[in-house]
Amino acid sequence: MADHAHAASPALQVQFDTAEQQKDASTLGMWVFLITEVMFFGGMFLAYIVYRAAYPDIFALASSSLNVYIGAANTAVLLCSSFTMVLGVRAAQLGQKKALAINIVLTMLLGFVFLGVKAFEWREKFIEHHVPGPSFHFAGAAMQGPAQLFFSLYFAMTGLHALHMVIGAGIMTWLLINSIRGKYSAEYMTPVDIGGLYWHFVDIIWIFLFPLFYLIDRHLK
Amino acid sequence: MKIPLFPEQASTFAPDVDNLYFYLIAVSVFFTLLIFSAVFFLAIKYRRRSGNDGVPKDVHAGILLEVVWSVIPFGLAMVMFGWGAEIFFRESRPPKDALSIYVVAKQWMWKLEHMEGQREINELHIPVGRPIRLTMTSEDVIHSFYVPAFRTKQDVVPGRYSTTWFTPTQTGKYHLFCAEYCGTTHSGMIGWVYVLSPEDYQDWLSGGKKTGTLAERGEKLFNDLACSNCHKPDNSGRCPTLVSVFGSTVKLVGGATAKADEAYIRESILRPDAKVVFGYQPLMPTFQGQVTEEDVLELVEYVKSLTPKPPALAPAAENKAQASNR
Amino acid sequence: MTTPVAQEQENYLNNSYGLKSWLLTKDHKRIALLYLATITLFFFIGGAFATLIRVELLTPQGDLVSSDIYNRLFTMHGITMIFFFLIPSIPATLGNFLIPMMIGARDLAFPRINLLSWYLLVVGGLFALFAMLAGGVDTGWTFYTPYSTTYSNSWVIATALGIFVAGFSSILTGLNFIVTIHRMRAPGMTWFRLPLFVWAHYATAVIQVLGTPVLAVTLILVLCERLFHIGIFDPALGGDPVLFQHLFWFYSHPAVYIMILPAMGVISELISTFSRKAIFGYHFVAGSSIAIAVFGFLVWGHHLFVSTQSVYAGLVFSFLSYAVAIPSAIKVFNWTATLYKGSISFETPMLYAFGFIGLFTIGGLTGLFVASLGIDVHVTDTYFVVAHFHYIMVGGAIMAFLGGLHFWWPKITGRMYPEGWAKLSAGIVFLGFNGTFFPQFILGYLGMPRRYHVYPPEFQVLHVMSTLGASVLAVGYLMPMVYLAWSWKYGPLAGPNPYRATGLEWKTASPPPLHNFDELPVVTHGAYDYSTVTEEVTSVG
Repeated sequence: MADHAHAASPALQVQFDTAEQQKDASTLGMWVFLITEVMFFGGMFLAYIVYRAAYPDIFALASSSLNVYIGAANTAVLLCSSFTMVLGVRAAQLGQKKALAINIVLTMLLGFVFLGVKAFEWREKFIEHHVPGPSFHFAGAAMQGPAQLFFSLYFAMTGLHALHMVIGAGIMTWLLINSIRGKYSAEYMTPVDIGGLYWHFVDIIWIFLFPLFYLIDRHLK
Repeated sequence: MKIPLFPEQASTFAPDVDNLYFYLIAVSVFFTLLIFSAVFFLAIKYRRRSGNDGVPKDVHAGILLEVVWSVIPFGLAMVMFGWGAEIFFRESRPPKDALSIYVVAKQWMWKLEHMEGQREINELHIPVGRPIRLTMTSEDVIHSFYVPAFRTKQDVVPGRYSTTWFTPTQTGKYHLFCAEYCGTTHSGMIGWVYVLSPEDYQDWLSGGKKTGTLAERGEKLFNDLACSNCHKPDNSGRCPTLVSVFGSTVKLVGGATAKADEAYIRESILRPDAKVVFGYQPLMPTFQGQVTEEDVLELVEYVKSLTPKPPALAPAAENKAQASNR
Repeated sequence: MTTPVAQEQENYLNNSYGLKSWLLTKDHKRIALLYLATITLFFFIGGAFATLIRVELLTPQGDLVSSDIYNRLFTMHGITMIFFFLIPSIPATLGNFLIPMMIGARDLAFPRINLLSWYLLVVGGLFALFAMLAGGVDTGWTFYTPYSTTYSNSWVIATALGIFVAGFSSILTGLNFIVTIHRMRAPGMTWFRLPLFVWAHYATAVIQVLGTPVLAVTLILVLCERLFHIGIFDPALGGDPVLFQHLFWFYSHPAVYIMILPAMGVISELISTFSRKAIFGYHFVAGSSIAIAVFGFLVWGHHLFVSTQSVYAGLVFSFLSYAVAIPSAIKVFNWTATLYKGSISFETPMLYAFGFIGLFTIGGLTGLFVASLGIDVHVTDTYFVVAHFHYIMVGGAIMAFLGGLHFWWPKITGRMYPEGWAKLSAGIVFLGFNGTFFPQFILGYLGMPRRYHVYPPEFQVLHVMSTLGASVLAVGYLMPMVYLAWSWKYGPLAGPNPYRATGLEWKTASPPPLHNFDELPVVTHGAYDYSTVTEEVTSVG
């Protein structure tokens, strides 16, 4: 009985009985994984909350040294990449292989733009001596410690986010190769689906990081 | 061969803690015996006998049994909770007239400072029958001040003050242990608490080198570090006067208030920008790195001494306070 | 007995040979054995550290090793036993092996992720082993800051990386179990027909998935602090050393439920099988697993009662710590009630189950002591706590693991272990265990702090008693290693269901075929219907 299903659908793995079961399991698996990612980033968000509550003024001052226009533009870039990802998933659902490949490529390109802008921002921080370590100095802060904490959290959290984007780029590459090889169809596009879920999640993390690091100085202006 | 089973009871907390402990032991012994004997008797009574290979009938009990044997243990547990919480609450509220002693922990020794100026290392001499309040900090890693005979323990954390208090009830010599792992000689960071009769304690206080009280040493530091240039008693400097500050509620820039306790004074010295007094500029430089924790304690005691004591605390009242403390 | 039909049948052990067929396997049963070998190795490493500790503690002076070495010994004992033995133990061996069969599936949902999770444990373990061989780490398994981040001169980074990697092994196992239990149950296997072993592992998996990532990020912060001095836990830079404790215990408290819930799942199966009765109060036992998982996340602050945490937080955490004890009590009462009007036999697994009930009861009751604020101020950071958690983790979890290992041994290997030797070891373990750890309750209340290399002489008698108990316990642990290994080659062959147990795993051959069932079962009754297993089944198919 199960053998027929397996013969008909070579993508069906042996432990599953039907393609639908496999799709359900894969999707649930990705959602559970994303929940673990929420807990993972959550620890650092907690540290941010604790220290911002302790040193609100210094955090605001440090935040003002980040360029809000660049950050906002980067946010828009990432949102667009999620949009192209959605278009790609839609293309896969409709069996439009060419549109799928194009949208994956666009998603990756936008992702690389984001990473490039991030690299530029980080370099700026290096030049301004805002990188935690022996040469850290934040002019204007009475206490250097909390200012260094702000930037430690900035680098740690945006760095962790960037790492997830790089992994996302790897996932996109794998999806692109497989889509070019014709592995996906309207009947079987689960990897595209769950790859999209991952990409959207990484996007949402940034939606939280952006205001917490770039926008908490508005009341100073 | 004497096997000790119980530490001495040497503080007012000790019998309270021990009585709760006995209640817990009683409940535990009861339930242990209950379960052990139930398992034992049921296993024997219902052991599979040869020839009897039938399948036992399922036994269903209603929800009532489950509720009963959840609610009763929960009730017993709530007694444990409430009783323990009450002790803990009292342990966190030292009486106002407690004798203050300062503790600075560092790898791997205890430094204790009496208000009158005596310094001790790994030893603490205190009078019996008076509440003693320890204000503690660490110079390096987290330690923990533990006197089993008193049943008290409190972590000693770098960067902040923590407090513990107790009223010793019998004279003697009691172990002092560091109870938070702190590195190589953690198990060597031990000492003795000597509880003396009031007369012996006075003798002990008056013996030894005269180094000036903590407050006197603090005053000297206050002048040496030029604090007196800004913090003038008549409020004519660029900084607020410190007379009567300790114990008051201070209004801060931004509208918040802060209680001017030891931690506030310490923070003002080491991190002056954290809480700027309302109406003043953040001009004070930090003294972090220029003063040790012991220096800070002396400055704190000096600032404390600038708050006149309430007239009610006359010697007669002090004796009454001693006698009435449990 | 019966003819060795199983010998010639193709099963998961003989269907392919060679190192590659094991190291690249996708079969959950083989992966379970890979895990079994790995955790057994780490158990002995951790046990070696324990032996040195107990020998040193025979005398009040530090005459066996220096203080520095001693500090590394207890640290590495804790790290090895917790992260590389106990956390994986039952889920990754028995859970991996049995869950697909118990729910009527061919394998877990994600077999390749299952294999990956084993490799992650191995890689993490290699990092930790490297750190141990290179000189060790001396922070205590709890890594409190600022000692671990600023002051310790030991291999903190390598060890933290090892635990970090092993943590992902745990997360992936949990993820696999959750998806498998949700999506791969055979037709007719509703949630309330699942064996309680599966419920227990489901609850465990939820904890693994939600809690372990917090440990991972905490370790990253420790690494950043140690490497870059960012100041997050350094008071001189505005950081808060107690924040580390909150982050650490947010995982590490639920972690203890990762260690005990699977054990409780095993005990449910053993008590039921050897009473030939359904577990009394099945729904309550199942629900109590979930309740423990939920409440377990709300009590971490009971490790911080004397840490300068606020009094009010202490009150809340103490209250919740009592709440989390109630579901465990419910389980003990229901297991005991299962014996009533049962048909009880005393094979080795049942002896381990009885031992578990006794020792877990004592360990759990002493948890009530430390949950009480007034008592905990006195006993925290003393041997009382050491005794409490060893009663649960060793007296509880390890006894359940041994009981389960013996129970499912015929299913895993197709052979029976020697019953006489097994019963003897069970008794030796029980006696040795109590001899080791009961004196430590007394030591703790007397005031003997933990992690002490040297101690005042009045504590020596109790320490000597404890070490004597430990030597007996060691014998009790070595014996199964020997006779279980022996039985794999020379033990009598076992049929599919030597205990007339219920459960789908007993409806297939011993050892099972590659895909578990020749024909996937359809489930028509609850988990513990013994009227369906009256005959001893000697062959299948």
